[in-house]
Amino acid sequence: MKIKFAVIVFPGSNCDHDAYYALKNIFDIDVNFIWHRDTDLNSYDAILIPGGFSYGDYLRTGAIARFSPIMKSVISESKKGKPIIGICNGFQILLECGLLPGALINNKNIKFLSKNVSLVVESNTSIFSNQLNIGDTIKMPIAHREGNYIAKTDTIKELEQENRIIFKYENNPNGSISDIAGIINNNRNVLGMMPHPERACESILGSVDGKLIFESMIGSC
Amino acid sequence: MKAKIYIKYKEGILDPQGKVTSSALKSIGIDGIESLTIGKYIEIDFDNISKDKAEQITNNSCNKLLVNPNTQTYTYEIIS
Repeated sequence: MKIKFAVIVFPGSNCDHDAYYALKNIFDIDVNFIWHRDTDLNSYDAILIPGGFSYGDYLRTGAIARFSPIMKSVISESKKGKPIIGICNGFQILLECGLLPGALINNKNIKFLSKNVSLVVESNTSIFSNQLNIGDTIKMPIAHREGNYIAKTDTIKELEQENRIIFKYENNPNGSISDIAGIINNNRNVLGMMPHPERACESILGSVDGKLIFESMIGSC
Repeated sequence: MKAKIYIKYKEGILDPQGKVTSSALKSIGIDGIESLTIGKYIEIDFDNISKDKAEQITNNSCNKLLVNPNTQTYTYEIIS
């Protein structure tokens, strides 16, 4: 049976179609868009929260989206151990709803950054990175203004000790503490990352390194 | 009854807007500014309720949605 992915769509999501396209056409898996007012994700094997500007980034990035009806189901599915990936605004939503620790604030230089970056794989003991090797450098785009990751010193220590920092920037573009680009929760089934693996799955787009993240995830479903 | 809520970044949290604005003021010749931070101001109008109830609603709103305790702090005043 084919694996089924849910791509959550909020008002203002704009990377939902990129994610849908990559999953459907490149990995040949079943994908459905799930409107944020829906409430049931039980029949899906994995969940993707895409990038964009949910609710126009009003108040704070991700702050309103976390109260969308679908988020109750995202949280309950996360507790069952289902793989969940939040990309860019999806990462911001996962932080606001408390599935991941810390916060994302304005980039250090206050600019919206849209460019390719190199990430260093820090941990491959996760369902999102088990097709990668520690120390591998992978390339994919970032496109954000609020990607500067911050957390309490204790939280950073915990993330480091528990091997929960999955990706770091090779050259920190936004001021994130410890160059953090992607982290997982303590159950190791929820990943939040600012860079866009769904935009790095075809050579015509400049990189296919994003595939390894989805291949890891799909292989673990 | 009205709540005036002031939200600002916690100390130590990067406030690039504040920094840039502060140096812009310096560059147009306004001296004497030690530092400047930019925050948010929110007003809530209430139905006809007691001051205690208004405070309760204000704190509840701040804690549940308006403020991210990781990065921000808030103060408020209730005006009748």
